[in-house]
Amino acid sequence: MIEFKDVTKEYAKGIAALNGINLKIEQGEFVFIVGDSGSGKSTLIRLLMKELDPTSGTIIVNGMNLNRMKHRHVAKYRRHLGVVFQDFRLLKDRNIYENIAFAQRVIETPTRVLKQKVPAALSLVGLAQKYKAFPKELSGGEQQRVAIARAVVNEPAILLADEPTGNLDPTNSWEIMKLLEEANERGTTVVVVTHNHEIVAEMKKRVITMKKGVIISDEKEGE
Amino acid sequence: MKQGIKNIGRNKMFSLASIATMSACIFMFGLFFSIIINFQNIVKSAEEGVAITVLFDEGLEQSRIQEIGRLIKNRKEVSDIKYISGEEAWDDFKTKYFGESAELAEGFADNPLVNSDNYQVHMEDVEGQQALVEYVEGLEGVRKVNKSDTVAKTLSGANKLILYVSVAIIGILLAISIFLISNTVTMGISVRREEIAIMKYIGAKNSFVRMPFVIEGLLIGLVGATIPLTALFFLYEKAVSYILMKFQVLSNLLTFLPVTEVYKTLLPVGIALGLGIGFVGSFFTIRKHLKV
Repeated sequence: MIEFKDVTKEYAKGIAALNGINLKIEQGEFVFIVGDSGSGKSTLIRLLMKELDPTSGTIIVNGMNLNRMKHRHVAKYRRHLGVVFQDFRLLKDRNIYENIAFAQRVIETPTRVLKQKVPAALSLVGLAQKYKAFPKELSGGEQQRVAIARAVVNEPAILLADEPTGNLDPTNSWEIMKLLEEANERGTTVVVVTHNHEIVAEMKKRVITMKKGVIISDEKEGE
Repeated sequence: MKQGIKNIGRNKMFSLASIATMSACIFMFGLFFSIIINFQNIVKSAEEGVAITVLFDEGLEQSRIQEIGRLIKNRKEVSDIKYISGEEAWDDFKTKYFGESAELAEGFADNPLVNSDNYQVHMEDVEGQQALVEYVEGLEGVRKVNKSDTVAKTLSGANKLILYVSVAIIGILLAISIFLISNTVTMGISVRREEIAIMKYIGAKNSFVRMPFVIEGLLIGLVGATIPLTALFFLYEKAVSYILMKFQVLSNLLTFLPVTEVYKTLLPVGIALGLGIGFVGSFFTIRKHLKV
């Protein structure tokens, strides 16, 4: 499903954010990527989103070679991904319903279908009652739940979460992780970048540890 | 479309700034356009009044006179040619100079202008006068050609000067307006950079991201053109009557076009200009922000 073959990414010549990464993530896996700041975790996510191109090496996602992908095909590729950010990135001037419906409109979902899927996604994250609220009226945990609803409403094959609990307290963090786990149970491949060692230790999923642009350990689920 | 209208509402200040800038520029454009088109009309009317008079050798045969008439008429500079016989010239002179005291003319036993048969030739464009005069003077049987060099040259020169100055001013105004609109759109987009980035992360195509901005630009262009064009429409008549009242002495020379005539060109050009600036301003400015 996701394969990195000897991938290196240099931002400035000679300074590698990722250095010869080899990695395989199978369909339906739940993977944590951990490491200190500057270890290359976020670069890895940005490469998967095709926001960046590798300096060398090959990235294959769902059988598509991202190196060879033309710029005009990137939008279509990203529709197979759901993305959750640390800072939620919701549209502040639209209410919760509109924020989720927006993701559906982007992929040109017919309004008839959208009207069923958006409330269903909101129910999934427990916010069906607050569909009229604006982001600023919600707590951080609630905003992140909206972001997850937005990420899953298009039923992506892969869900990428970059520090999804970075701005949340422990209770909310656990709720978010539970939602990501539920998405995984429905068949979505989930890749979570995090600093939260407590959650990682507790959830007993596959953990890839990075340091200075290289993978220093890859512990399989339950190890 | 709906999104474009919503965007205008969301960014009221930027939208208002864009509309105000565009309105000011299109108003100035309309103003200069009205001045140019009216001045050209005044010059054209004056040009049509400028004629050369072709006089013939004494006793020239009527057939040759007619042939000279045909030759002159065939010239491209000529808009109109009229034959004036000696009798008509004398009648005209009497009416013009003796007026109601017609008895004064009775002192002349014979027509003193008996040899003054002539052609009065009006031209399409005063610039062609010199070439026409030289041609006519070269024709056999032509005794003399009377012309008014000063009027022709002054009008022709003034016409050119006004045209050049106006084109330069309109050019500068357009450049300023495109710069200001692009600046305003850039500010509007930078406020929404995050929104554009989110759209792109979700998988929006460039056209999906661009469309609301382009529609917004077009709507701002349309409103920004409609306001000054409407204002100018009502101000035009008032300005014309004010000028005619202030410069009554020149009322014969100042022949203004009716507003409907001016708007036949100004309305489509002004609207196209507004839409064009709105489109160019939004389309090319958003392009820079699509590479996420």
